[in-house]
Amino acid sequence: MTSLPDRIPGARKLGLVIDLDTCVGCHACAVNCKEWNASGHSAPLTDRDAYHEAPDGVWFNRIHSYEAGEGDNCRTVHFPRSCLHCETPACVTVCPTGASYKRAEDGIVLVDASMCIGCKLCSWACPYGAREFDVDQGVMKKCTLCVDRIYNENLPERDRVPACVATCPTHARHFGDLGDPESDVSKLVAARGGFALMPELGYAPVNRYLPPRKPAKTSATPAPKAAPDVAGALLRWIDRALSR
Amino acid sequence: MSSSKPGARTRVDTSPPVSDEVKKTTCYMCACRCGIRVHLKDGKIRYIDGNPDHPVNKGVLCGKGSAGIMQHHSPARLRKPLLRTGERGAGEFKEIEWEEALSLATRWLSDIRGTDPRKLAFFTGRDQSQSLTGWFAKQFGTPNFAAHGGFCSVNMAAAGLYSIGGAFWEFGEPDWDETKYFLMFGVAEDHDSNPIKIGLGKLKARGAKFVSVNPVRTGYSAIADEWIGIAPGTDGLFVLALVHELLRNDKVDLDWMVRYANAHWLVIDAPGAADDGLFARGEDGKPLAWDRDAKAPRDASTPGMNVAVAGDVMLPDGRKARPAFDAIARRYLDASYAPDAVAERCGVPAGDIRRIAAEIAEVAFERRIVIDQPWTDSSGRRHEKMEGAPVAMHAMRGVSAHSNGFQTCRAIHLLQMLIGAIDAPGSWRYKSPYPKPIPPGPFPGGKTTAPDTPLPAMPLGFPQGPDDLLVDAKGDPLRIDKAFSWEAPLALHGLMHMAIANAHAGDPYRVDTLFLYMANMAWNSSMNPGEASRMLADKDPATGDYRIPHVIYCDAYASETVAYADLVLPDTTYLERWDCVSLLDRPIGSAHGPADAIRQPVVKPDRDVRSFQETLIAIGARLGLPGFVDAEGKPKYRDYADYLANHERAPGIGPLAGFRGEDGTAIGRGAPNPRQLDAYVANGCFWQHHLPPEQLYFKFANRDYLEGAKAMGLIPDASQIVMQLYSEPLQRFRLAARGHGAVQPPDRLRARVDAACDPLPIWYPPVEDGLASAAAHPFHAITQRPMAMYHSWGSQNAWLRQIFSRNFLFMARAKAASMDVADHDWVWVESRVGRVKCRVRLMDGVNPDTVWTWNAIGKRSGAWNLAPDAPESKEGFLLNHVLSEFLPDEAGQRRSNSDPVTGQAAWFDARVRVTKADQAAETSPRPSTLKRYVGLPEPPRILRYDASGAGKEKAR
Repeated sequence: MTSLPDRIPGARKLGLVIDLDTCVGCHACAVNCKEWNASGHSAPLTDRDAYHEAPDGVWFNRIHSYEAGEGDNCRTVHFPRSCLHCETPACVTVCPTGASYKRAEDGIVLVDASMCIGCKLCSWACPYGAREFDVDQGVMKKCTLCVDRIYNENLPERDRVPACVATCPTHARHFGDLGDPESDVSKLVAARGGFALMPELGYAPVNRYLPPRKPAKTSATPAPKAAPDVAGALLRWIDRALSR
Repeated sequence: MSSSKPGARTRVDTSPPVSDEVKKTTCYMCACRCGIRVHLKDGKIRYIDGNPDHPVNKGVLCGKGSAGIMQHHSPARLRKPLLRTGERGAGEFKEIEWEEALSLATRWLSDIRGTDPRKLAFFTGRDQSQSLTGWFAKQFGTPNFAAHGGFCSVNMAAAGLYSIGGAFWEFGEPDWDETKYFLMFGVAEDHDSNPIKIGLGKLKARGAKFVSVNPVRTGYSAIADEWIGIAPGTDGLFVLALVHELLRNDKVDLDWMVRYANAHWLVIDAPGAADDGLFARGEDGKPLAWDRDAKAPRDASTPGMNVAVAGDVMLPDGRKARPAFDAIARRYLDASYAPDAVAERCGVPAGDIRRIAAEIAEVAFERRIVIDQPWTDSSGRRHEKMEGAPVAMHAMRGVSAHSNGFQTCRAIHLLQMLIGAIDAPGSWRYKSPYPKPIPPGPFPGGKTTAPDTPLPAMPLGFPQGPDDLLVDAKGDPLRIDKAFSWEAPLALHGLMHMAIANAHAGDPYRVDTLFLYMANMAWNSSMNPGEASRMLADKDPATGDYRIPHVIYCDAYASETVAYADLVLPDTTYLERWDCVSLLDRPIGSAHGPADAIRQPVVKPDRDVRSFQETLIAIGARLGLPGFVDAEGKPKYRDYADYLANHERAPGIGPLAGFRGEDGTAIGRGAPNPRQLDAYVANGCFWQHHLPPEQLYFKFANRDYLEGAKAMGLIPDASQIVMQLYSEPLQRFRLAARGHGAVQPPDRLRARVDAACDPLPIWYPPVEDGLASAAAHPFHAITQRPMAMYHSWGSQNAWLRQIFSRNFLFMARAKAASMDVADHDWVWVESRVGRVKCRVRLMDGVNPDTVWTWNAIGKRSGAWNLAPDAPESKEGFLLNHVLSEFLPDEAGQRRSNSDPVTGQAAWFDARVRVTKADQAAETSPRPSTLKRYVGLPEPPRILRYDASGAGKEKAR
C-alpha cells in the first residue's frame, strides 16, 4: 500500500475545470490528449486491433454523450471524463508497490511505470474509471495533467497548459491551482457554482465541473394572435416616408 | 501498511525536448482550413496543434485535426500508380511507374480532346483547388467539370449569391463577438468545425440566446438555449411564418430595405406579358422606384429620394407596377403563412413561433448595437455611428440537402433582410472577399465546344437568365450532369451525383473518360452506392466494353472507389505537399478581411506518390493545353509550387493574394513574386489583410471597403451591392416557362420551372413527400455528421475509429415503444428504392417522425485497408442504400432527385419505414469483401506510436 504525501502548506492543487454548459462533445480534448501523450510521459498509448475487429486503445480522457432528465428538462449531456487528481485518492493508497503516487508539490497523481506490476488494483479502486491499463505494455497509465507540458521550458509559456485545455474549441476547459482561492479557476468555480464529482465517496476530487447555465431568455412578449389586416398594413406602408 | 519511498521512483522529466523543428501549415482533416503547427522530432511527427496566430482557429484544434498523425500514417495510403488487371470492381491491379501512368492518361485524354472534349467528365470531390481544376477543364475544352458542391451546399451558395452577394459558411459568419440572438438551422457538426465552436463558446459566455433549429439534438444543439426539433424539410415554412409575424406586427426595417435592398424597386405588373414581374427600368437600364415627391418613377439608387414601398403606380408608358416590398407584404401576410397554419406541419407549436418572432423583433429593434465609428456609404453620405440589429443566423446542410433548399435558404435571407441584419454589428457578416455583385458572374462556359479548343469561360458560372443556360436548340442539356439546363438552371456547382448515372446511360451522350479526384463515388458519396458501383463496372452486351470506357481516379487512400478505376494516381497526404487555399476558390477570409493560405510539405513522402495538383499540371503540359505550356510547347510550370507563385489568371491576379509584387509588398494585385511561398512560410503559411475599423461593417454599401476591394481585385467595380429581396433572374426563368423569349424549357418542365423559380421565397414540401409511396414510409430519414469524423476519411484513422467504429439508427423513444422496438434491436429501414439493416438506439432529443444516423461510418468490407470483419463493415451501415439519385420516372422521363433550381442532391428528402428484423448481428446489404490492393501493407494489429525519441528506453 502506498502513502499519500504529507500536505505541504501552500502547495498547489493543480486541476481542471470543465464547463458542461459549453462542451459540445467534439472529442478534441480526448484526441489531442491522445496525440500529446502518445509520445509523452507515458508513451506509448498502445492501440490494440488498430485496424481490426475490436479497436481499443489507451486514452486518458474519454467523452460520454447521453441524455439526462425527462420531458422538457431532458438534455443532451457531453461529459468529458479523466483523472480528477483527488486529494485522497484510493488509487494511490491501494497500490502495493508505490508505483501509483500523488506529487506533494502540485497534487498530480502519477504512475511510475518502472514500479508498476500491472495488478490493476488502482483501477478497481478508482470510482471514476479514470485509469487506463495498457495491456500490451502490462502497466497502468493515466492522465498526467500533462506534467511534461505544464512546466516544459522547451515550450513557449502560453503552451504550458494541458493539451486538452489548449485545444478545446469552445474553451470549455480551464487549468489552474484550485488550492488558491484567488486563482482564475477558483474564481470561475465560485462564480458558476462548480461542483466536484461524487464527493460523497470521500476521495476529495480536485477537478471541478461547471453546471449548465440557465437558458438565456429575452423579455419579449409575443403579439396576441390575430388575423392579419393586409389592407390596413399596406395602407400604413403606402404612407410611410422613407428616404433612400 | 508498507510505504514505498519516493526516492525509489524514476524522476519525472517535466521539461523533455518536444521537437527539433516546428513547421506551420494548413490542416486538411476536414474542409475547415485551420492553421496547424507540426512538431517534428527526429524526422517523425511528434505532435500537431493549432496555430495560435491563425485567423481561422486561433490555436484550437478539433478532434479530427488532432488525429492528423494517424491520417498521415494510415495503412490505407496508396503507394504507387496502379493499373487495373482484373475486371472493374475486383480490385486487381499491378503497380506501374509514373511515366507509364502519365503517358496512359495523356493518351486517353489527348484522343478525346482532339475529337470531342466533352467526352472527358472531370469531377473532383472535396477539392480545395477548384480554381486549378476548373481552369484545367476550361483549357481542355470540356464543360463537364464540377466538384462536390452539387451534393453538398449549392443551395446555400446559390441562394446567398443571388440574394445577398455572399452565403452562409463559406462566404459569411455570425458576428460572434456582438450578436445577442443566434438562430442556427440544420448545421452538420463536422465543419465549419473550429470557428463555430469558438463562436458558440463566446456566445454562451456572453449570455446571448442561441436557438438551434434541427430535428436532432446532438452536438451544437445540445448546448442551445432553445432547441426546435423541427420536421425535416419544413424550415422554410417555419421561417416564412416568422416573416408573417414580423410583417403583421410591423417589425421590419423599411429604412434599411430601401437604402440597402430592392424593397422599393418597381416590379412590372402585366400578367401574361413578356415583362411581367421584371423590374421597371429607365432608358439607361437602371431599375426604377417611385418618387413620392415627384410622383414619378426615378432611378432607384437616387440618394435621399422619398420612395414608395407599397401601392400600385402607373408608369409613363401606361404599364402598371408596384414596389417589390408590396408583393412581399401581400404574400407573407396571407393567412397560409400564419403560425397556426404551419405549426403542425413543422412540428413546432404556433405559440413558440410567435414568441421567437417577438424575440427576434425585440433584439433587432430594442436592443440594437451602436458602435462609435464613422463610415461613409456608397452615395458618399457620412454616418457617425455603425448601428445594427444584433440577430445573427447560420444555416447549412439541413436546409441545403432538401429539394426545397434553395427557396428555404432564400427565405432565411429574406428574414435577415427584413430586419436589416446583414453585415451589421451583431448580425451575420460577410467574409471578405465577399460581398460580390449579385449574381457575381461570369456566365458558365460550354455552350459550344470544339476539338482542341478551350472553353470561352470557366465551366461553372452564374446564369442571369435563360440565354445563359447550357442547353441546345430543343432545350436539352449540354452537360453530362445536366447542370445549367432547365432541370437545374442555377446549378452553380454542377451535379456530381448525376455524373455516373448519366454517363452510364449515355444521357444526354456518352463520355469516354471519367476522371475523379478524392470523391468516394462507389460508396458514401453516391446516393445508392450499389447502383453506382454496378454502373461503373457495367458492360455493353453488344460490344463487351465498359459503358464508361475509362475511369481515372486520384486519391491518397484505398477507398471503395479505387476498385472501380482503370488507372489510379496516388496522391500525397496533406502533410506532404504544396497546396493553396485561394481567393479564387474557397479562401479563409473573415469579416475582418481577406485571407488565404498554403500548405507546405512538412515531411517527405515515403511512397512513390505525387500530389494531385502536380499530376494535373503535368498532364496539362503533356496535353499541350494553353497556359500549361510556353510558346515552345514546354511545360510552363516546374511543379505546383511554381504554378502557385507564377500563374496569373488575370494580370496581377494569381492563386495567392498576399506578398505579391517583385518586393512582396503588394496585396491582391501585383506582379508574381518569386519568393512568395517563402513569405507565406515565414508568416505561418497564411496571409491576412486587416480591414480598418471603418470598413468592418456594411461592406455592401461601404464606399471605402468597396473601393479597397476593387483595388485588391476582389470585385470588378465599387458600386453598391443591392440586396435582392425580389430576384429578377428567377423571374426570367419563370417567364420562359410561361412561353416568353427565345430559350424556353421543354413542355414537360414548364410547370416545374414556373413553380420553382418564384422570384420571392416560397415553401413547397420536399419532393419525396409528394410521391405516392410517401404514405407507406412515415419517417423522415436523415444523417448527422459526427464532430470527430470527416465523411469517409476517419475510419482509416486508428484513433478516430475508436470513437465511431459503428453507427446506429436513432429514433424517438416514445415512437419506438409504440412500434414494439427496443433499444439495440435490429431493424430494417426501407424506402421506395431499397432497404438497409441496422441497429436501433433510442433517444428523446429527436423529432418524433424522424430517424437518423451518423454519416459515412459504414464501410465496405476490406476497403480502407481495414480488416474484413471490422465493425465499420459488419455493423456500420450507410443510409445511402435507401436513397436514389433518381425520382420515379414521370411520363417516361428520368428525373433527378434534386432541388429543381440548383440541382442540389436531395439527400434529406428520404422517407422510410422501420420494421423489426431478425436479430442476427450483421448489417445488410454487405457487398463482397474488397481485396487488399496491391502494394498496401498488412496493417499492424498493435500500434505503439511514439515519436518522443525516448520510446525504446521506456519500453518494458
